[in-house]
Amino acid sequence: MEEVPHDCPGADSAQAGRGASCQGCPNQRLCASGAGATPDPAIEEIKEKMKTVKHKILVLSGKGGVGKSTFSAHLAHGLAEDENTQIALLDIDICGPSIPKIMGLEGEQVHQSGSGWSPVYVEDNLGVMSVGFLLSSPDDAVIWRGPKKNGMIKQFLRDVDWGEVDYLIVDTPPGTSDEHLSVVQYLAAAHIDGAVIITTPQEVSLQDVRKEINFCRKVKLPIIGVVENMSGFICPKCKKESQIFPPTTGGAELMCQDLEVPLLGRVPLDPLIGIQEFCNLHQSKEENLISS
Amino acid sequence: MEAAEPGNLAGVRHIILVLSGKGGVGKSTISTELALALRHAGKKVGILDVDLCGPSIPRMLGAQGRAVHQCDRGWAPVFLDREQSISLMSVGFLLEKPDEAVVWRGPKKNALIKQFVSDVAWGELDYLVVDTPPGTSDEHMATIEALRPYQPLGALVVTTPQAVSVGDVRRELTFCRKTGLRVMGIVENMSGFTCPHCTVSPGGCRGGEAAPGRWGPWAVLGSPPSPRSAPASSPGAAERSWPSSPGCPS
Repeated sequence: MEEVPHDCPGADSAQAGRGASCQGCPNQRLCASGAGATPDPAIEEIKEKMKTVKHKILVLSGKGGVGKSTFSAHLAHGLAEDENTQIALLDIDICGPSIPKIMGLEGEQVHQSGSGWSPVYVEDNLGVMSVGFLLSSPDDAVIWRGPKKNGMIKQFLRDVDWGEVDYLIVDTPPGTSDEHLSVVQYLAAAHIDGAVIITTPQEVSLQDVRKEINFCRKVKLPIIGVVENMSGFICPKCKKESQIFPPTTGGAELMCQDLEVPLLGRVPLDPLIGIQEFCNLHQSKEENLISS
Repeated sequence: MEAAEPGNLAGVRHIILVLSGKGGVGKSTISTELALALRHAGKKVGILDVDLCGPSIPRMLGAQGRAVHQCDRGWAPVFLDREQSISLMSVGFLLEKPDEAVVWRGPKKNALIKQFVSDVAWGELDYLVVDTPPGTSDEHMATIEALRPYQPLGALVVTTPQAVSVGDVRRELTFCRKTGLRVMGIVENMSGFTCPHCTVSPGGCRGGEAAPGRWGPWAVLGSPPSPRSAPASSPGAAERSWPSSPGCPS
């Protein structure tokens, strides 16, 4: 992707090609001609590609660190327990790709074939794609502005050879920005089943999650429901429960009532998560959640 | 390095960024507690919240619903007290409704961050603490570019012990190196849990310890959570003492 000026107004904005910051940009003439206002042809290409994908679920949260990637990995593994179901897990957190580490796939590389990029298979029926597989070192920082991140997401959706998939789970970064707009935009023609929104019980998370719910409504993305993660902590030593993140404002339950969104369930804080890679984790409380 | 133009940051003595590649490790909490500790030490402090999608600082300091007013030098920051010892700017103050989502692409976020740096009348400050969102993208690049002429003191990088946090933080350290931002130290947050019934640590790899061998002699400061610490996320954070760090000038 070519570098865009730092103050790029966006190819689809009214100022495209006309702003002061457009001077000298290699795409200036293209934008000024109004070409940016036409729909991206990739949207139709992605629609074709997604014809072999039955269900698409986004895992969102306005808040960082609530367990989106952990939940996405558990959901993917849980669905993949049925060997006849083909699962794809796509990590579009370009700056902070956690999925390779959580899935025990660090160091894996992506291979190209005639039909596109091959996902990394952790099981026969569970394929994974992340920018983490494209980095030469785990310390490599992806210091990209919005347009370049959008280009990567477009490639993930258009150029990865997912094959026949029953469920595509898309793990997202926190926030309501380029990555979220892009994945909704690029999948617009391909129909997204909906979003699962992750939160933790405390208000500092809920206030960001309310924004995320409003984002979903703004872009007409159906909300499957909310999962309250880190909901209670059972001490491994004394077995007593305490609240590390107390739901002082009613937690996800009250928020879901207020905003008329389903509460799918609660998952407790498990100190084992974060210590062991997923493949060593024998029990998943989310499996009960998935079956509900 | 270009000299700072006389502008709204000319009266700010030291600028500290609080970064983490990882979300949810406690950047906003640490930013808030750092500011309160500096105020406790008699300093005049400003907090600039450049997390445009998830602005947490107003609620942590009990300042939700406050409005930003214009003054002759630009926007007046929100003052928390009559003495004006802590001032604050956040996109949270510019939203019509608290649950309104800021759904902006990079260029628009960059423009607002530039305004926050150039158009907020911070006045005379000993410290400006800049709270950032997770990642290494538009907000971070815009903030560093806008602040560069004012020679920030450096960055505090926040992590938690889990491997997924450490992975993102190592990328953040690379980002700091590439952008020429000095790392003052790493804070390992949530590094132990004091169960109210007994004492237990959630354990895991010691994230802060993974860095020193590779990146140099950083000060690693532990910050264990306990059920009492969660109220930091409720309106009005409690003051906590901040251990002295060799990186912070007195």
